[in-house]
Amino acid sequence: MPQNNSLLKSVDWVVVIVYVTLVAFGWFNIYAANYNPENPVLFDVGREYAKQLLWIALSGVIIWVIFMTDSKFYVAFSYFLYGLSVFLLFSVIFLGKEINGAKSWFEIGPVRFQPVELAKVATALTLARIMSRYDFSFKKTSNLMRVGLIWMLPVICILLQNDTGSALVFFIMVLPFYREGLSGNVLVFALIGAVVSVLTLVYPNVIILAIIIASCFVFLAFKIQYKFIGYALFFGIIGFSVSYIAFKVLGKDIRLDLFTLVGAIFISIYLAISGLNKRLKAILPAIVFMWGAIAFTISTDYFVEEILSEYQRNRINVLLGFKDDPLGAGYNVNQSKIAIGSGGFLGKGYLDGTQTKFDFVPEQSTDFIFCTVGEEWGFAGTALVVGLFVFLMIRLVILAEKQHSVFSRIYGYCVASIFFFHFSINIGMTIGLAPVIGIPLPFFSYGGSSLWGFTTLLFIFLKLDTNRSELIR
Amino acid sequence: MNRRTIVVALIFISVGIAFLIKLFILQVYDPSYKYSAESNTRREIINYPARGLVFDRNGKLIVSNQANYDLMVVPRELKKMDTLSFCRGLNISKDELKELFREMRSKLKRRKISSIKPSVFYKQLSAEQYGYLQEKLYKFDGFFVQRRTLRKYEYPNAGHILGYIGEVGQSTINEDDYYITGDYHGINGIESTYEKFLRGKKGYEYVLVDVHGREKGAFRDGHFDIPAEAGKDISLSIDIELQKYGEELMANKIGSIVAIEPATGEILTMISAPTYDPSLFVGKKRAANFATLNQDTLMPLFNRPIMALYPPGSTFKPLNALIGLQEGVITPESKYECYMGYSVGSFHLGCHSHYSPLDLRHSISNSCNAYYCHVFRNIIDQSKNSSVQDGFELWKNYLVRFGFGYKLGVDFANEKRGFVPNHKTYDKIYNKSWSSLTVVSLAIGQGELLATPMQIANLGATIANKGRFYTPHIIKGIENDTIPSKYKTIRETNVDSTHFRPIIEGMELAVWGSDGNTAGIARIPDIRICGKTGTAENPHGEDHSVFVAFAPKEDPKIAIAVYVENGGYGSRYAAPIASLMVEKYLKNEIHPTRKWLEKRMLEGDLIHASE
Repeated sequence: MPQNNSLLKSVDWVVVIVYVTLVAFGWFNIYAANYNPENPVLFDVGREYAKQLLWIALSGVIIWVIFMTDSKFYVAFSYFLYGLSVFLLFSVIFLGKEINGAKSWFEIGPVRFQPVELAKVATALTLARIMSRYDFSFKKTSNLMRVGLIWMLPVICILLQNDTGSALVFFIMVLPFYREGLSGNVLVFALIGAVVSVLTLVYPNVIILAIIIASCFVFLAFKIQYKFIGYALFFGIIGFSVSYIAFKVLGKDIRLDLFTLVGAIFISIYLAISGLNKRLKAILPAIVFMWGAIAFTISTDYFVEEILSEYQRNRINVLLGFKDDPLGAGYNVNQSKIAIGSGGFLGKGYLDGTQTKFDFVPEQSTDFIFCTVGEEWGFAGTALVVGLFVFLMIRLVILAEKQHSVFSRIYGYCVASIFFFHFSINIGMTIGLAPVIGIPLPFFSYGGSSLWGFTTLLFIFLKLDTNRSELIR
Repeated sequence: MNRRTIVVALIFISVGIAFLIKLFILQVYDPSYKYSAESNTRREIINYPARGLVFDRNGKLIVSNQANYDLMVVPRELKKMDTLSFCRGLNISKDELKELFREMRSKLKRRKISSIKPSVFYKQLSAEQYGYLQEKLYKFDGFFVQRRTLRKYEYPNAGHILGYIGEVGQSTINEDDYYITGDYHGINGIESTYEKFLRGKKGYEYVLVDVHGREKGAFRDGHFDIPAEAGKDISLSIDIELQKYGEELMANKIGSIVAIEPATGEILTMISAPTYDPSLFVGKKRAANFATLNQDTLMPLFNRPIMALYPPGSTFKPLNALIGLQEGVITPESKYECYMGYSVGSFHLGCHSHYSPLDLRHSISNSCNAYYCHVFRNIIDQSKNSSVQDGFELWKNYLVRFGFGYKLGVDFANEKRGFVPNHKTYDKIYNKSWSSLTVVSLAIGQGELLATPMQIANLGATIANKGRFYTPHIIKGIENDTIPSKYKTIRETNVDSTHFRPIIEGMELAVWGSDGNTAGIARIPDIRICGKTGTAENPHGEDHSVFVAFAPKEDPKIAIAVYVENGGYGSRYAAPIASLMVEKYLKNEIHPTRKWLEKRMLEGDLIHASE
């Protein structure tokens, strides 16, 4: 089998080894999360680790199928796959089974399947295909519209399923877009937009954030005049400090939001005066934007806190993907941080965790599997996992850049970005750096759908990579 | 490589580095999460120690403990449960249970209680409730029973002295780290004063639990468990039998009895009438009983011996005589005329009829007002004083040394200081133009002067001791500890002991004198009791009957002050009651010839008769 021999030779074994390591390590942690120290049973077929072993075995089949398929197939069938997945995403809204408030699962007999996993692959392929056309440019409105439409259809369907976490994954496509020529400002925009929309509802004193955003835009507006911005910020800090000291001296309760507001007023005054002096036209919109942002955050806060009933507020939180948290704000994250933090440098030892055993941590084998790593393997284990993921993502980007075919490159970026999003949100939420959005950690979290989805994503790229010197169309 | 590629790679790397930093802080740098993890899997079971017992001076048990159980809840561990069986166990209705849950939720909302820590769900289970629940408790996740001890009072007496036990308030929790919400502590009385000795030390037991609160055995083999330390027993200086007798004598009267052992300053009894049974303040019924007592117009909760302020009246005369002797403005042989009172120009201060003139001893036994007007004015107006103000301050300082005008320092937090005016008081009232005559009513213990019954009893003890006293106190002993040193320190007055002889003899004559006495009714066979009657003027009704005494004359064992509100002359109620108390204390029984007096006092009703 000469073809197979060359295939084995051209496969990027580094990525494969990382993949196998992650999956194996993931399985051991699922085992640990299911392990009951009071009733130690070596292997129980009914438990999650047993099923996960089956899913892993089936992943091998998937990998084999992917490698046996010609690379051209993925280009040719990308539209079909996309159409199929959008159809499935749409029909699951009506036919799906509701789990954790989201109607995103098909259930056929004992088999459960989440079409969003297929949609990730299909959307990545389709975007790669459209954007790899030789005359493609983001500067063309028609191209932009087409990409936007391809991107938006699955997102809308997923939102209708009430599976906000998964919908958010698609936003990370901004990275491949950026690589392919979308303006860098959009990246900044997207980042700021994400930060505002999420943090406004998560944290109090959000005005501080609004100020950051505002200054970002001041930066954009006066890209050249750094000195100007420096002065503005300087005045802002003065305003903040003065009010802070005044409150301190008067013995009043510290109100950071109020101080920030004072700082913002100082900035505006400075900007307005120097803007008038130097006849800078961009000043006015900048100020208007800043105050708009401030008004927005305050009113969102006010709207959510004061006007909405508790029931409605919960609905909004669920809609935004924040897990229903009946035990009080931050309970899950706190438990998760305690579990990870208690691991120390080398961990408590495999199967010796306590926090991830007695159900203190929620969803301990799925969304919060990273806690088991943290508790039992310590910083050594978590650093290894973080390191492996970053290595994998960088490796994928490097491989993508080596592709002769633009299609493969774009697809590679999509894969790396999707991993990146899952990686940052999942681990971020377990250590309190990201909001609690229930999305799995690739290769680690228990579940067939997600494991197969990530495996498919990765190995289609590895398959494309075996033909890296060819032009795939 | 493309610049954009580097940007994307940098984004990946920076998130990775941010995670590594955060993980390093969480796992290696900041140890607090390790402790949290322990407290997460570890349940602290608090063992409340038995509170110290309280004995009287003769070793009789006054206060002990009874076991009691609170139903505790950990809200987070609550599961769906069979409310019907739960209600049956607690013997409450479904609505009552709903109310309990509603209360719990509202406290949770207001962050008064924690959802992961135990708090009281239902206070003080009865024996049946406890028995039933103990069996069925495993069915109700999130609930467990906490043992506590409640007070048990062996006598229905001495409520004001003992105080009571109640849940700690937020301010106490803030002040003292020892307490947590739901703990009990002493409120009022010796329960409060000696709380630190009585409470003992809470014990802690640690067990491993899973997230459902199921116990999984001892934490680290009980290595960290701290056993509870029982509270220290204390003995009080009161004689509980005497206290009981006094309360019976004061039944249906308003007033106070304070008896002190002069040689030590120990309070032998301290009665506030009307009184209440301390058992009323035990357990669930406390709040209701407290409200009832609090609304009573006779103010049974008011601790009169140390809080009620009265003009001392004629009981004050011996003190003025002592000051006069010390200042040398009179001698025991000094005689003053009394023409039915004291007259200067148009001023007249009345007196009752007695023979005249009287010497010092007989001025006490006959309680002559005119005599003391002379004494008082002699003190104030003596030539060494440059002004009436100076003279007044001289006089006032004697009073302060005798314990008037300031808190004596008894072991009760709410003691009042009484009132002794200073010259500024009168400068203000009379615009600086006043003389000894203006304030001469102070000579007979009237005017602006106010004193607590405790201060008057202490005056009796000081005279019995010939010019020195120990701060009155009710603590006699603390298990394996010493009583506060201030109760072991003698306080000297500034009157020489030689001056006390004629005063004591005058007080003896007041009881035993054949040529005119004011308190003959207080005579006790075989006991040389010395006393002084008083009548505190009461503008609102019948005067208050006052008597201060000590006995026996040589080596006195008891000093006593009795106040009976609206009791009229001192000899009408206060003197008989005081003499009965003294007799009871020294002889342990009432002489047959005085049984009629005892009966009259026991049956005397000054509350209902007037209505």
